[in-house]
Amino acid sequence: MVKKTRGRATVKKARRKTAVKKARTSASRSQDALLLVGTMKGAFVLRSDKSRKKWRIEGPHFRGEAVYALLHDARGSRPRTFAATNSMHWGPTLRTSDDYGSTWSEPGPQTVRFPADSGRALAQIWQITTGRPTEHDVLYCGVEPSALFESRDGGESWHPNPGLLNHEHQPKWQPGGGGLCLHTIIPDPDNSRRMLIAMSTGGVYRSDDGGRTWRARNVGVRAQFLPDKYPEFGQCVHKVVHHPKRPGRLFLQNHWGLYRSDDWGDSWQDIANGVPSDFGFAMQMHPHDPDTVYIVPLEADTFRCTPEAKLRVYRTTNAGRSWEPLAKGLPQRDAYETVLRDALTADSFDSAGIYFGTRSGKLFGSRDEGATWTEIADGLPPIVCVKAAVGGAA
Amino acid sequence: MIRLELPQALCSYAEQNSSVVIEGSVKTIGEALSALGRRSPTALDRIMDERGNVRRHVNVFVNGENIRFLRGLTTPAPDGATILILAAVSGG
Repeated sequence: MVKKTRGRATVKKARRKTAVKKARTSASRSQDALLLVGTMKGAFVLRSDKSRKKWRIEGPHFRGEAVYALLHDARGSRPRTFAATNSMHWGPTLRTSDDYGSTWSEPGPQTVRFPADSGRALAQIWQITTGRPTEHDVLYCGVEPSALFESRDGGESWHPNPGLLNHEHQPKWQPGGGGLCLHTIIPDPDNSRRMLIAMSTGGVYRSDDGGRTWRARNVGVRAQFLPDKYPEFGQCVHKVVHHPKRPGRLFLQNHWGLYRSDDWGDSWQDIANGVPSDFGFAMQMHPHDPDTVYIVPLEADTFRCTPEAKLRVYRTTNAGRSWEPLAKGLPQRDAYETVLRDALTADSFDSAGIYFGTRSGKLFGSRDEGATWTEIADGLPPIVCVKAAVGGAA
Repeated sequence: MIRLELPQALCSYAEQNSSVVIEGSVKTIGEALSALGRRSPTALDRIMDERGNVRRHVNVFVNGENIRFLRGLTTPAPDGATILILAAVSGG
């Protein structure tokens, strides 16, 4: 065998070439589109360039495990992707990836755990959210049974929020169909002491003192399934969204009911103007426009499928004064689909991409803010979570 | 001496061993699992939740008997016993 060696000059030239190629790749990667899809049987990672015309699918990662929460955290100098996995046998864990979802950490000792004296055990992580943009190492988890966990070291260690853990209402929070879950976490980007969370059931709670105390913020939100239709708490809130440009204005998809608040949840107004049903789970804010919100209405809590067997996303562009159906490219016959609370998302490109997954394993996307849709994937396991990010290799 | 037999899914948490020997004074299944946890906290986290309960879809057998039908974690672990940990038939 002849072993070839390269001279010093040749090696230097090759290194320079590699460096240039790396820099180019890195620059193009920063404009690539990344879709993280959590299903009942694992997670899939989809990659595209910024045109978002063709997607390359990888997975399933975590075969056989349910993945209800995913997050790509692009803050700071080290982008990191998080996945909350749940094995039916071996329980829930939090995994991380430092290469945009190509490879993942093995489970270590359980870090999101209830204190021994709480009498509770982690059933599932429902949400992973970043802290404020300047708080690079702060992350939050919403879990089942309802509790909020905080990490101040980039997810290495987690601590439950004691104000919620020991809240006087806590014994009366009841599980909905999916379990007693804290699914929405909204830190105020302008006020480090304010944060809003939502749970099913229990409703909306807000802290104005850095998470020490929490007050129910459900005035005007209906609880159809309780004798008192407008209780202080106990509502089955399915999702709350807001836009960082206008953080005090919130949109809420309820278990029956669509609402808006203009005062950080102090009061809520009905905005179900022209939707086929005000029941649903998913709700997504437009990434650039604080007046635009997307939902996928479902017929009823007794029939959680798209109304009239038509798969339609609804959009308001005027903060809920009216809603329009977006159906071009979506099945309009025999489409008995269900879109769950975290299965609708948006990317941050100038022409925003909107994506959603169904319980029947279909993944749809729009490159033009919902005007037209294409099916990106079919035949996946039931989809429970879809998250978009910009970055990663196409 | 107690021998703990782990399912394949947990071997990676025990240095790729499918079998762990617990030496010394162990009187119950709970104590044997705690001893496993001292050597491999991750393995124990997969078997038991933070309340100290065996996970719902995990079964623990001592000398072939499911401890759910004996005395749970207080079931005696006689010297020389084999404790077998298996995933239940549930799954998907």
